Amino acid sequence: MLREIYEPKIVGFFCNWCSYRAADGAGTARIKYAPNVRVVRLMCSGRVDPAFVLKALALGADGVLVAGCHPGECHYIEQNYKTMRRFAMLQHTLTALGISARRVRLVWASAGEGAHLAREIDRFVEDVRTLGPLHWQTQLAEPDHTAEIDRILVEHAEAMEVGR
Amino acid sequence: MSDKGTLAIYWAASCGGCEIGILALNEKILDVAAAFDIVFCPCIMDTKARDVEHMPDGHIDVCLFNGGIRTSEQEYMARLLRQKSKVLVAFGSCAHEGCIPGLANVTNRQSIFETVYLDSPSTDNPGRTLPLPEVQHNGFHLALPVFYDTVRTLGQTVKVDYYLPGCPPEADRVWDAVVAILEGTLPAPGSVIGAQTTVCDECTRTRSEKKIKAFKRTWQVWPEESQCLLEQGLICCGPATRAGCQSRCPTVNSPCIGCYGPNAGVEDQGARLITALASVIDSNDAEEVERIVREGVPDPVGTFYRFSLAHSLLRRAALVPDEERHELPLPRAAQ
Repeated sequence: MLREIYEPKIVGFFCNWCSYRAADGAGTARIKYAPNVRVVRLMCSGRVDPAFVLKALALGADGVLVAGCHPGECHYIEQNYKTMRRFAMLQHTLTALGISARRVRLVWASAGEGAHLAREIDRFVEDVRTLGPLHWQTQLAEPDHTAEIDRILVEHAEAMEVGR
Repeated sequence: MSDKGTLAIYWAASCGGCEIGILALNEKILDVAAAFDIVFCPCIMDTKARDVEHMPDGHIDVCLFNGGIRTSEQEYMARLLRQKSKVLVAFGSCAHEGCIPGLANVTNRQSIFETVYLDSPSTDNPGRTLPLPEVQHNGFHLALPVFYDTVRTLGQTVKVDYYLPGCPPEADRVWDAVVAILEGTLPAPGSVIGAQTTVCDECTRTRSEKKIKAFKRTWQVWPEESQCLLEQGLICCGPATRAGCQSRCPTVNSPCIGCYGPNAGVEDQGARLITALASVIDSNDAEEVERIVREGVPDPVGTFYRFSLAHSLLRRAALVPDEERHELPLPRAAQ
């Protein structure tokens, strides 16, 4: 039987000052890495509201990669520490919701570490590939009872001779 | 028929506390009765769904609908009351964001049935009978509502005109809403009737810099009475919860549990709470942070989403958790 080839959809939130430039650098240096990450550039990894990650997963992403400056090197002094703490809580919560903590990853990459970031992206994509698709919207799908309920509404209205 | 307005009060997946919330208006309930004829309220009057079906569309001026949507019957009533009401108000936390019944979204229909009808210690069910939506018995066709896997909010089911949050809504806020309806000073349709800010804004406790090495649970400490509870290590949902209750719980030395839902502009209460709490943990060491979180928050869903799981971005826990998937490895694209 033919099985559809699964390519993980991954959303990346990259810091403007380091990891986004690292990704740029990887490109300039012609380093090959998995094309699965859709990168969103933010001013700081500290800007990553957990809601962004949840929304990405809810709307179809199979994994989310957050990348920021190494601890101690934040352009805004210490916001990446907040990212780190937030991330720990988010992973803890996702695990409780039955979503593997391996679907979200936090990596540190300075502007000069294009090769390192490319390697981390490859590793993350392979990990999410092993986990398989998340397809969150199918988790929410209930059998559709609309037709049945419409039928009851009409039947009852007719039985009660309700004018429309 | 008098020239008074018409009012309906209905309950779906809820506990009945919202009706008590309305009665908490005390003598002002007489003013409500002076302004409205209550045409449908199964909690206090002998009125039936058939009575509503018999009404022309838009006959009900205001419908206060409490409770989430858990069964096909509740969905039917939601759609029927939407059709018959000019103004549909999601009344209380259940209709607004799922509330405690919505916490059942960490599990599913099968597990709930097994717990309730088979496994609970007080259940005697030797035939291991589970409810079915349809059954033939002695030549009769019997039907029960379909029980959904996922609790939905009223707003996820039908168009809602106004939301009145709270578990239950505070009597003063209910009265504000009644006055707004009668005086025609309602906000834009689709909005929450109530405050915009957070519980912290109404809280009278003293706040200074928050630095926490460990989260404590309420039974572990006797909180000091004037200092911010979060600074004392208790997880207080105040920073991520809509104001409107005059910070009722912190006032009596108990942390806010978040029943008023997220404040204005916040989509996901749990995410906002995570953001707030992450800022107060006093550690920059990844391992220590993980330990503080793991030990301090044993039940993250029940802590961050106690009232808002059904209304959150993910809405529920995975029906098939990642840990239980045993799929074959999927083919790789060519390297």
